[in-house]
Amino acid sequence: MTTETTVRVQSRGAGGRRGQRALVYALLLLFAGMFLIPIYLLLVTSMKSFAEVSQAQMWSLPSGLSFDSFTKAWFGSEQEGLRGLGINFWNSIYLTIPATIMSALLGSINGYILTKWRFPGANLLFTLLLFGMFIPYQSILIPLVQVLSRIPWFGGSLYGSLAGLIFVHVIYGIPITTLIFRNYYAAIPNELIEASRIDGATFFGIYRYILFPLSIPGFVVVMIWQFTSVWNDFLFAVTVTGNPESQPITVGLNNLAGSYIVEWNVQMAGSLLAALPTLLVYIILGRYFMRGLLAGSLKG
Amino acid sequence: MKRITWERVVAILLLLPSVLAIALFVYGFIAFTAYASMTKWDSLVPDFSFVGFENYVKLFANTRFQIDIRNTVGFTVLFLIGCLTLGFLLAVLIDQRIRGEAIFRSIFLFPMAISFIVTGVVWRWLLNPGSIELGSTGINLLFEKVGLGFLRWGWFTDPTVWHIPPDSAVGQGLQQIGLGFLASPMVGISAGVVSLVLAATWQMSGYTMAMYLAGLRGIPEELREAARVDGASEWQVLWYIILPLLRPITLSAVIILGHISLKIYDLVVAMTGPGIGFSTDVPAFFMWDTTFRGNHFARGSSIAIVLLLMVAVLIVPYLIWTTRTEAEL
Repeated sequence: MTTETTVRVQSRGAGGRRGQRALVYALLLLFAGMFLIPIYLLLVTSMKSFAEVSQAQMWSLPSGLSFDSFTKAWFGSEQEGLRGLGINFWNSIYLTIPATIMSALLGSINGYILTKWRFPGANLLFTLLLFGMFIPYQSILIPLVQVLSRIPWFGGSLYGSLAGLIFVHVIYGIPITTLIFRNYYAAIPNELIEASRIDGATFFGIYRYILFPLSIPGFVVVMIWQFTSVWNDFLFAVTVTGNPESQPITVGLNNLAGSYIVEWNVQMAGSLLAALPTLLVYIILGRYFMRGLLAGSLKG
Repeated sequence: MKRITWERVVAILLLLPSVLAIALFVYGFIAFTAYASMTKWDSLVPDFSFVGFENYVKLFANTRFQIDIRNTVGFTVLFLIGCLTLGFLLAVLIDQRIRGEAIFRSIFLFPMAISFIVTGVVWRWLLNPGSIELGSTGINLLFEKVGLGFLRWGWFTDPTVWHIPPDSAVGQGLQQIGLGFLASPMVGISAGVVSLVLAATWQMSGYTMAMYLAGLRGIPEELREAARVDGASEWQVLWYIILPLLRPITLSAVIILGHISLKIYDLVVAMTGPGIGFSTDVPAFFMWDTTFRGNHFARGSSIAIVLLLMVAVLIVPYLIWTTRTEAEL
């Protein structure tokens, strides 16, 4: 790599090259600034006190740190009839964690079978499975609501409950999780599996002692993918959960932002609350996040 | 491996729940929606009397739906152009062996981690034009502050639809060759759609960047070097060597972004709603609105099926292509 770079340096005049480098950095900084504008606005507004929020001052920094807007976004305000997002935040946690774990386990088993226990028609079956991840969910929503409302669940039905939403995310997560694990396991040599079979390993033994230990990075990628898409989902959430008590945070935030009496600093604080978990995952596990994104484009 | 053992039976049995779930929840449900779209189901009480394609005929004659199609097409075209050019440019810039590469990459990619709802809420404020009495807000105010006040604009509150004026030379020319319908507001792009595209591009161009960057890193340096030795300029290397090699990635990006933009819903809900004169309405929004608010289930089903067909036209050839190239390997 370094020798190639030096060749590149020598092949052009040093002055022109320096100018070119400056242009590259200038453009990158310009774009980075533009990408950060919405985040700047989000941060400064959410930290302003109610007294400080005015249209003319919207781009200026807050005079001091104030967390008023976060308390209001989280707890709501009874006299204004404003519902807090705290309950929705916890709903999102209770929804996302089980849905993510179940999706990952299901995808892993499916990927294992589709790569290491191949059967005639496996490829066609896989293609049919994949189509499920691209469909506009509008095309299944009507029967989905009909079916969920007919499945009994703790005195009610799955329709309107968090359990129903978990169920929906696990089902429609099957294609993408299977895809990622299938591609991941395809890279593990079949000889390894054959050899352990000769040594007497069983179906579950091979999974438990060979594939599973090797697939931790695969699990990380799949779980990040599912965590972000379940946390960020709005369409399923707004269709399946009608009651504010069981709605996840995307729906809660949309309701909060939809009422025009709510000040902008409260809206921005609410947005930050809704964005924080996935942003944290992205900051901490960025490398895997990128891999998940590229896996979503089939060929990676 | 070909022997039927109890282990193969276990394997099939373990795969079966997923296969059945997809068969029912994807294919079965699509079939149900397709059937519902040909019935009279127009209230909370299902009515499955068969009416054939009547709902589709009515749908395509519906002005709101025609506007929705216009908006979706406009959104998709602008969004693809925006994401592909910006994503490619950013990838090329980052590929120049720069300092702080990880930081720049993170800045361009982080919007992907955020939901369209959050993006919509933030951009609604950012593009809030303000008013004459109370003064500008958002990006308009920022423009004023840096001396670019002439860029102030109504954004998504502006009802303008750009189209070929029927009385212009081009419009009249089109009329003469029988293509007069092209010069109408029904074939154009609304200011609201442009505002939506800005927010969506902010969110998704990092994804295109990541795809292109992975592609650029896969092109051997010797190839570019050989072209340079032969006297090609940097632009020629880019245009004749790199871009053609990245064609599969461009195709993947078009498919992925294209199907996202056809389905776009959350962003519209959070940022603009259907807009003045449906200037930001899209089929996905119309579908949800008419089905779950208006209880017009048959009409909602027919919109859903049209949406599905649009996505399928894009996705099915791609799926066949990818699985086939994979089989060759």
